[in-house]
Amino acid sequence: MNILVCIKQVPDMESRFKVNAVGDWYDTADLAWRMNEYDEYAVEQAVQLKEQVAGADLTVLCIGGERVKETMKKALAMGCDRGVHILDEDSYQKDPYAIASLIAEFAKDKNFALIFTGLQSQDRGSAQVGGMVAELLSLPSLTTLVDFSYVDGNVSGKRELEGGTRSRVSCSAPALVTCQLGLNTPRYPTLPNIMKAKRKELLSIPAADLNPQAARLQTLSMTPPEKKGSGLILEGDPAELADRLIQLLKEKTTVLA
Amino acid sequence: MKVLLIAEYRDGKLLGSAAELSTFAQQLNAESAMLLIGNESALPAYSGTLYLADVAQAGEFNPSGHKQLILEVIEKEQPQLVVLPHSSYGWDLAPRLAIALNAAQISEVLEIKDGELLVPACNSKLRRQVKPTTEVGVVTLQAGAFTPSEEPSGTPNVVKLTTTAAGDIQFHGYEAAEATGVDLTKAEVIVSGGRGIGKPENLVMIEALAKALKGEFGASRPVVDAEWAESSRQVGTTGQTVAPKLYVACGISGAIQHLAGMKKSEFVLAINTDKDAPIGEVADVLAVADLKQLVPILTEKLNAL
Ligand SMILES: Cc1cc2nc3c(=O)[nH]c(=O)nc-3n(C[C@H](O)[C@H](O)[C@H](O)COP(=O)(O)OP(=O)(O)OC[C@H]3O[C@@H](n4cnc5c(N)ncnc54)[C@H](O)[C@@H]3O)c2cc1C
Ligand SMILES: Nc1ncnc2c1ncn2[C@@H]1O[C@H](COP(=O)(O)O)[C@@H](O)[C@H]1O
Repeated sequence: MNILVCIKQVPDMESRFKVNAVGDWYDTADLAWRMNEYDEYAVEQAVQLKEQVAGADLTVLCIGGERVKETMKKALAMGCDRGVHILDEDSYQKDPYAIASLIAEFAKDKNFALIFTGLQSQDRGSAQVGGMVAELLSLPSLTTLVDFSYVDGNVSGKRELEGGTRSRVSCSAPALVTCQLGLNTPRYPTLPNIMKAKRKELLSIPAADLNPQAARLQTLSMTPPEKKGSGLILEGDPAELADRLIQLLKEKTTVLA
Repeated sequence: MKVLLIAEYRDGKLLGSAAELSTFAQQLNAESAMLLIGNESALPAYSGTLYLADVAQAGEFNPSGHKQLILEVIEKEQPQLVVLPHSSYGWDLAPRLAIALNAAQISEVLEIKDGELLVPACNSKLRRQVKPTTEVGVVTLQAGAFTPSEEPSGTPNVVKLTTTAAGDIQFHGYEAAEATGVDLTKAEVIVSGGRGIGKPENLVMIEALAKALKGEFGASRPVVDAEWAESSRQVGTTGQTVAPKLYVACGISGAIQHLAGMKKSEFVLAINTDKDAPIGEVADVLAVADLKQLVPILTEKLNAL
């Protein structure tokens, strides 16, 4: 059984973001990069499935520049068997449809019984790529899963809805699932597995070889939020800060009365 | 401009997001029609054509069946935008529609600015103004971004649709959130810890501050997902919605899903090392500090009062 998991490399969200010179994305200089948080759950679930099904083979796919290989190595160290790096230094200019088309083009003749993606990427936050890949491949998709199981070709899970309610859903494989935070507990790669990952296959395919499609979305501008909060910003020594905060709580609230 | 609004219905109820869809259409000055896969007993207050399919036939969660129904109505109405709530229902359906329509999809619109759509990026630290290059666009709206200023009114002109539901996904019912644990909605003071607490042992500091303020402690989602706190402590769209007199957010960045659960609090104090953290947008006071230093001192001083 072949399994695919799609991951994206994103900046650490605690970074200080600056808009790039063109004004259509953030400046990628001086950022720390990591695996999209949602995709950590996708990788973990894919690895668990691979461990469950004898003879399963798990591919991790990532579209991006040379830099993303570092993140792919983490997925390999978590237990993916092989990596497919779709090389595209300008992947940020592609919209979710263009990204999904590349993934679908790669996957269309590989017989993947299951494809895992994250619910959304932290930088773009679109929650589109997974659903689009499924539609392009005419696969059923279960989205926003916080619980997953696979038994004899039957995929079942729980979707997370607003307010913490869940719905129970199922479909037949081949299928695609999108993973929500909390689906499982992503493992930390162990040192031996990190060493082993170095010897795993990591194939690079230029995006141009995968019949790239034009973006359907145009970015007009990227800007910091206009309305900065009207609140007070306090800095300084913790003890002095604490005194000022207590003073403020006395003046502005009734909780210390 | 013409837009088709897709209302959401769940478990016997029409969801309030229907009114937000109408507000969005009004702000765009667009002509609109609405589609509801629901029931005649729960119609939206809406003046205009409402296409109604019976949920008993169409299935309550049947994405491919719903997609077919929506495509039928699109065929009749020829809208430029198809608009859904950015909810577990909307973000599931939107890519299905976008691919079927060869349409661009725009997720989580939070504002219309100079006639173009504004969406968040990087955990709300940036905004992006985007535009479809296709004839039709599929759009989802951030919850709460288009809340109507007054109670919606109007009676829809109902057009019934017939449907034969067949889909590739089976729906087996709902599971309610666990009703055990603490009821945060009753607390006058809530002190919440987020991922910034760093390790589970530090939750003790948050609890101590909550106690010093005679309140309860809460948590953001990563703290609950990591099982450092039980799920009844989670504040946000998939947890509790709270409005205490004082909400203290310690080491919480202020993601929209967290803000949705606490922004109605009377007074918000945020403690964060990042001056640019989006929590600053709703905080009355943002103390830029390491919570591991500030929280214990603040607790000590409060206890000494
Ligand atoms: C459909 C959906 C539903 C969701 N529902 C919820 C929900 O109900 N509730 C919820 O909370 N989230 C929810 N989320 C997740 C949400 O998007 C964020 O991922 C989450 O809120 C982030 O939690 P956080 O702020 O604790 O962590 P982070 O975003 O990682 O932020 C940590 C913060 O701590 C600060 N920090 C770090 N170290 C320190 C220090 N020593 N002192 C002070 N500050 C420090 C950092 O500057 C940063 O701002 C949901 C997501 C989705 C997609
Ligand atoms: N550049 C990429 N390479 C591989 N997978 C991606 C990429 N971008 C997005 N994805 C996958 O699609 C999911 C949803 O992304 P998005 O639609 O951008 O929010 C992510 O969680 C990833 O699993």
